[in-house]
Amino acid sequence: MGSITLQDVRKAFGPHVVIPGANLQIEDGSFVVFVGASGCGKTTLLRMIAGLEDVTSGRIMIDGANVVDVPPARRGLSMVFQSYALYPHMSVRGNIAFGLKMAGLPRPEIDRKVDAAAAILNLTSYLDRKPRELSGGQRQRVAIGRAIVREPKAFLFDEPLSNLDAALRVQMRQEVTRLQRQLKTTAIYVTHDQVEAMTMADRIVVLNAGSIEQYGTPLELYERPANLFVAGFIGSPRMNMIERETEQHRGAATIGVRPEHMTVSRDGDGWSGTVRAAEHLGSDTFLYVDTPEIGSITVRCVGELGLGEGDSVRLRPDPTRIHRFDKSGTAIR
Amino acid sequence: MARRVAVAHTVTATVAAWIVGFVIFFPILWMAITSFKTELEAFNTPPSFLLFQWTTENYATVQERSNYLHHAPNSIIIAGGSTLVAMVIAIPAAWSMAFVPSRRTRDILLWILSTKMMPAVGVLVPIYLIFRDLALLDSRIGLLCILCLSNLPIVVWMLFTYFKEIPKDILEASRMDGATIGRELVYVLTPMAVPGIASTILLNVILAWNEAFWTLNLSTSEAAPLTVFIASYSSPEGLFWAKLSAASTLAIAPILVLGWFTQRQLVRGLTFGAVK
Ligand SMILES: Nc1ncnc2c1ncn2[C@@H]1O[C@H](COP(=O)(O)OP(=O)(O)OP(=O)(O)O)[C@@H](O)[C@H]1O
Ligand SMILES: [Mg+2]
Repeated sequence: MGSITLQDVRKAFGPHVVIPGANLQIEDGSFVVFVGASGCGKTTLLRMIAGLEDVTSGRIMIDGANVVDVPPARRGLSMVFQSYALYPHMSVRGNIAFGLKMAGLPRPEIDRKVDAAAAILNLTSYLDRKPRELSGGQRQRVAIGRAIVREPKAFLFDEPLSNLDAALRVQMRQEVTRLQRQLKTTAIYVTHDQVEAMTMADRIVVLNAGSIEQYGTPLELYERPANLFVAGFIGSPRMNMIERETEQHRGAATIGVRPEHMTVSRDGDGWSGTVRAAEHLGSDTFLYVDTPEIGSITVRCVGELGLGEGDSVRLRPDPTRIHRFDKSGTAIR
Repeated sequence: MARRVAVAHTVTATVAAWIVGFVIFFPILWMAITSFKTELEAFNTPPSFLLFQWTTENYATVQERSNYLHHAPNSIIIAGGSTLVAMVIAIPAAWSMAFVPSRRTRDILLWILSTKMMPAVGVLVPIYLIFRDLALLDSRIGLLCILCLSNLPIVVWMLFTYFKEIPKDILEASRMDGATIGRELVYVLTPMAVPGIASTILLNVILAWNEAFWTLNLSTSEAAPLTVFIASYSSPEGLFWAKLSAASTLAIAPILVLGWFTQRQLVRGLTFGAVK
């Protein structure tokens, strides 16, 4: 129970249009990630679903009912904030229990649910502490505990892991995913980290300047980007965009080749170029190659090739993995 | 080496702090000392600091000539009451301005403050006439109202600044947790704003306790608070310095005690947000 549908949702702050019109269908139980550059409207979209921000026009449906006029308290959603937003004057127990208390549950039931949530999140020994006595990761877990204990129709996460260090982030990422799979509750997760997006999502929404560029599974986005924006946004290092005419173009205005979809050799056929810089990561090598034909190209090779600055190389794209885009930037299929 | 420099710094800072503190406190100390002198001694030049004949006769005279216990309750009612009413009005006002601002909120705040920029004496005549016509002259309720109104701008401003410091996220989290606006105020906002609210109350009580313009002009006997009690010893000839000092010491004693016991809270409130 927790399907969410956006119909022509528009948002403007005064004259400044942030979301020009979003349509989206989120299925019950799925994990959907909103990604996009900073300032593209991810938080705004999430806050409109939460009810913390009014929609300028359009409809937001939760389980088929339009909720645009329903206050956040009665939408049955729970949210995890980037800043954690714990109640500083309450203990961990008080924080997790607050929503249940507001719902008027009897005391023994509240205690039972709080204990259960704390056990899942390894918070049992911290229940009597105040938030300021916790580490960042523990605070984040309390915020998640507060969200899950209410058994909401959906979880909303706004960059919940961005204040954690890299190692903890990887661990929490897995915990959040595992928790969501276990609870089977719809989740919407905002991030600008595409690794988080690719690893956590059932489906990804790529946002650009408030518009939804593509909505699909991580592999769909990687293998069949709908347009130049998505092609450039998903994948690291970025896809090479080649605008100069080559024999690979076959009528496209732009072709894209991912750095990992090219083979490098010292001679043979293919685009010729000179290595401008090489980054050796051990497992991978990134080559930045200047070619007279098509400009600067990034190549990612597996393993160590023994190539260095100034070497001349030949680049051959995998012909089955060339992406073609028309003048407007839309993918040609 | 670095350690010696650090110690020297601490010592300098401590000495400087004590000097500044002493200078600020000196007038009150001087007043208290003077209240134990004879009138003649108080008038001496150069004045003697500690080596004089200590006497409590001024306190006896003051209590004989006027009734401290008549004025003190008036002060308590007027200062306490005006603070209470001001808080009841200012908390919701500051709340709405801090958390649901509109395009005009800034202007309203400035406009509220603008009444404080006018010298009170400028409106003495109209206020006096209004009080006369409403039969509020020399009444506690009248003084309570006027002090409440004159301190309201500062109260609203102080509370507004404190509330501004409270992260909006936390209030929104409580909304997501199913709290209605009323419960959000009671369970989340108020407990978080306690230091700010407390120091606002304290400051307002002190301001109202010492307010001497309206209380002197609008009351004579029945409702007269301690400021009137003090003023009755300041004669144009200025011959009653010791008695004036005794009266003043008596008048500020309660507020001094209150301030002493709440200084931690007061300082925390006044620097709230400065060190985050
Ligand atoms: N209250 C507001 N008033 C006016 N403009 C706003 C307001 N809130 C957000 N905006 C604007 O809306 C746009 C989208 O903001 P939003 O916070 O949704 O971005 P975001 O995608 O979450 O970015 P980030 O990744 O940096 O968090 C920004 O250009 C921002 O300036
Ligand atoms: Mg954001």
